[in-house]
Amino acid sequence: MDSNILLKDHQSETRLFLSRLMIAAFFVLMLMVLLIGRLIQLQIIDYQRFSELSQGNRLRIEPLPPTRGLVFDRNGVLLAENLPTWQLVMIPEEIEDLENTLVGLEALGLTNFIEHQEIIDLVRSRRDFERVQLRNLSEADASRFAVRRHQFPGVDIQEGLIRYYPFGAIGAHTIGYVGSISPEDLKRIDRSNYAGTSQIGRSGIERSYEQSLHGEVGYRQQVVNAQGRILLDPTSSRLESTTELSQNNLETKWPVPGDNLILGLDVRLQLVAQEAMVGFRGAAIAIEPKTGDVLTLVSVPSFDPNRFTVGLSRADFTILDSDPDHPLFNRAIAGTYPPGSTVKPFFGIAALKEKAIDPVHREMCPGFFSLPGDTHRYRDWKIEGHGPMDLHDALVQSCDVFFYQVALSLGIDRLGESLENFGFGSTTGLDVVGEGRGIVPSREWKKKNFSRREDQVWFPGETLITGIGQGFALVTPLQLAHASAVLGTHGKRFKPRLVIGTQEGVNGQSVWFEPEELKGPADVESEYYQKIHQAMLGVTEETAGTGHNAMLGTPYRVAGKTGTAQVFSLAQEEEYDEESIDERLRDHALFVAFAPAEDPEIAVAVVVENGGNSGTAATVARKMLDAFLLGVDRAPRQP
Amino acid sequence: MTFKSNLGISPKSLGLSRVVIDPSLLLLTVTVCCIGLVVLYSATNESDALLARQSVRFAVAFIAFLMASQVSPDSLRLWAPWIFCLALGLLLLLMAMGSASQGANRWLDFGVFQFQPSELMKLAVPMAVAWFMSERRLPPTLGQLLVLLSIVLVPTLIIADQPDLGTAVLVLAAGTLTIVLAGIGLRVLLGAVFAAAVSVPLLWNYMLPYQRSRVFTFFNPESDPLGAGYNIIQSKIALGSGGLFGKGWLNGTQAHLEFLPESSTDFIFAVMGEEFGLLGLLFLLILYLALVARGLYISSQAQDTFTRLLAGGLSLTFFFYVFVNAGMVCGLLPVVGVPLPLVSAGGTSMVTLMVGFGMLAAINGHRKLLAP
Repeated sequence: MDSNILLKDHQSETRLFLSRLMIAAFFVLMLMVLLIGRLIQLQIIDYQRFSELSQGNRLRIEPLPPTRGLVFDRNGVLLAENLPTWQLVMIPEEIEDLENTLVGLEALGLTNFIEHQEIIDLVRSRRDFERVQLRNLSEADASRFAVRRHQFPGVDIQEGLIRYYPFGAIGAHTIGYVGSISPEDLKRIDRSNYAGTSQIGRSGIERSYEQSLHGEVGYRQQVVNAQGRILLDPTSSRLESTTELSQNNLETKWPVPGDNLILGLDVRLQLVAQEAMVGFRGAAIAIEPKTGDVLTLVSVPSFDPNRFTVGLSRADFTILDSDPDHPLFNRAIAGTYPPGSTVKPFFGIAALKEKAIDPVHREMCPGFFSLPGDTHRYRDWKIEGHGPMDLHDALVQSCDVFFYQVALSLGIDRLGESLENFGFGSTTGLDVVGEGRGIVPSREWKKKNFSRREDQVWFPGETLITGIGQGFALVTPLQLAHASAVLGTHGKRFKPRLVIGTQEGVNGQSVWFEPEELKGPADVESEYYQKIHQAMLGVTEETAGTGHNAMLGTPYRVAGKTGTAQVFSLAQEEEYDEESIDERLRDHALFVAFAPAEDPEIAVAVVVENGGNSGTAATVARKMLDAFLLGVDRAPRQP
Repeated sequence: MTFKSNLGISPKSLGLSRVVIDPSLLLLTVTVCCIGLVVLYSATNESDALLARQSVRFAVAFIAFLMASQVSPDSLRLWAPWIFCLALGLLLLLMAMGSASQGANRWLDFGVFQFQPSELMKLAVPMAVAWFMSERRLPPTLGQLLVLLSIVLVPTLIIADQPDLGTAVLVLAAGTLTIVLAGIGLRVLLGAVFAAAVSVPLLWNYMLPYQRSRVFTFFNPESDPLGAGYNIIQSKIALGSGGLFGKGWLNGTQAHLEFLPESSTDFIFAVMGEEFGLLGLLFLLILYLALVARGLYISSQAQDTFTRLLAGGLSLTFFFYVFVNAGMVCGLLPVVGVPLPLVSAGGTSMVTLMVGFGMLAAINGHRKLLAP
């Protein structure tokens, strides 16, 4: 029985299998016919065309790199452009001995021994027929090479474009710079789109907007003979040989140039701010409160981005990179500093919102504060004390004792929350990479970030010093400017942005981006903003105000707040003496402001590292406000 | 009529009581290989050293062919799951080693010789599929189909991750073609096609612009003349300029001016087309077709599920090789690194192919032995 069933299955299975096999055989035949049909098309029908193309000549595909987009400031001033230059190029397939060639080029002073391995890697990582651009040449270098060109088969000079930043170090961190494409870059970019391109955005706008700025590569087919001499080029009706080829056989695709970018930056203001910061280390930022446009973004010391485009040598780069002042570091968006008293307005709002203080009640400031049941004295910056203080006076005179009290009654959780409401502790979303987050301390943060158990406990004293912007809290200058803009608009928050529009490279059509509004601080009534607003006006307008001197006699009204952030802790009874302390340990000077106070057009934040007195920062801010609101008395320096 | 031996290795199959030789397979493969040597000599710019090396590979491959011809299909069936597990284990081992060293991870180096487990998979997958169905009724049920799919897809994905797209495609094809032969219903087949058609636009939606452009150039290489399209443009010129009769041996300009890339490996079909013309290519294609036909015939004459499926799967896979390579060279198919079987330079795939033909010969030869 069993074998019967098996046999029956066996037969039906055989039928099934054979039918499948027949179908498969049919497909095999069909595909073979398709293949042969294609071969007939290529070898019989199109024979003439292909035969011509192969007639002892070679078809070379030359990439046509796109022109990089330009960068303008908000008034149409050019910040990054392309200038014609000479470039040293290699065509790998025509080089006989790469290492010898490099040694020869070094003898001419065109390459540097320590870069050779890098060049070898770069050349090997490209396709044989791709031209590799080694570096840009000065006029003198180009002519020196031109004379000896015959000694270097496979090496050539060609015309090209070099990126140029007319303002040099002004705004260098914002605009960024381009540099040579490295083998690592080749792994992550679309290689064919970069054929013929030698440079790529390395930092700032140049890096973050690489895709828009770069454009799309084009190509042209050229007929060259075995020596690489161009016989036919469809783009330049040059026809030098007796070849029977017609131009119809060659294709050209023109490149699409990159988009131009329009920044919200005002280069005149940038110039003034950067000049005011000369000799300091620090950052100055200005934001338009109603749009989030970054008007100025200064990080000093700065550097000349043009040095990177001509091909900064490794040694030069090391010097720049290991400079103790870190000129390449963008302090304005990545530097984090203790905010000092500049946080007091935000805690003032939190205190009003949480009803932690009675706005009219005055608290006595004896010059120090002690936790209940503790003798430790938390000192005020004014040794003798401020006397009786309400919220308004405490902000105007920056009374520490008052804010110790505020911090104590709010507690660390609500302090942290009030900072986060204004954007601290996370990136603001600026459209370039590299923004720092800063730190908004909390119990949880401490638990996560300290390894030793005894360090993970949150102490009441730490709450107190958080109240005056000391301790663990760290903010970026950008966050400070952003948050003061929010104070200026009474709670309307816009995402900070550098690029406000683009211009298409081909037909010049501009597209303007809408400002992006973010969620503002929750549940803050406008009367609270009003109170803080008044107090910040008092900072610059009342004689006792900490920002009074710097803003003396402005024809517009300024709402501001000073801050000094300790870098160096003093012992309990020690006194801070600016003269006797090492410069690097002096307090950071900070100032935030918005003006004109009744309808703010600009919000600024200035941080001067080791600036000592907050007046240092306020003076810089004054110059910026004057320049923006009253106009710059001189035209931007044209290089 | 029992044709199942309980012993894995019957004395007959290992003993030299009768040596199995399949004259037609032998003649066809030798002819193709000789053509390959002739073309290769030209493609390598008349390099004697490379010619000698390729000849040694042929010798090794033919010995492998003759040895494989002697193994009885019953033993193959018993070994099939173990060979599959071994190959899978080696692939996983490579994966672990590769992630540790961050290096190239296709090869296992045994000092004396190197070994690519993915090559073994090309045979192990159709064997495992045939083995799985040999104990069961055809066509497979939906549940069985899922097992079969995982037998095929797991190694395919590991190999594609190496990344060796060419071999992955071949392993996928070997498994899938064997499954199709096992007789999946028309409905399941249509369902799979439908599912694929639906998932493509979904996937497309989730892809970033640059990924889309990569996929696009993959299927349309000529839109990227600075990248993958370069090879295709050159190989089309080589083929087209060959015409009906070709430029003659050693006279191909495209290959000799080193203008055609990978002329001795993946693009050797273009060299042959340039030098021997359409007629030369037709002759080669007919030889290939004859090999496939012989394989399919052996499959149709085989007496049990395992040998049928294995023979059919191996034959169709061989055709798939030919079609994918030739289709790529003449611009019909995307550029995948698949060599032209028995002709392209390179040893490992040749040994695999010849062992496959050896299995075909064995299936045929041992059937005759056992038939009443």
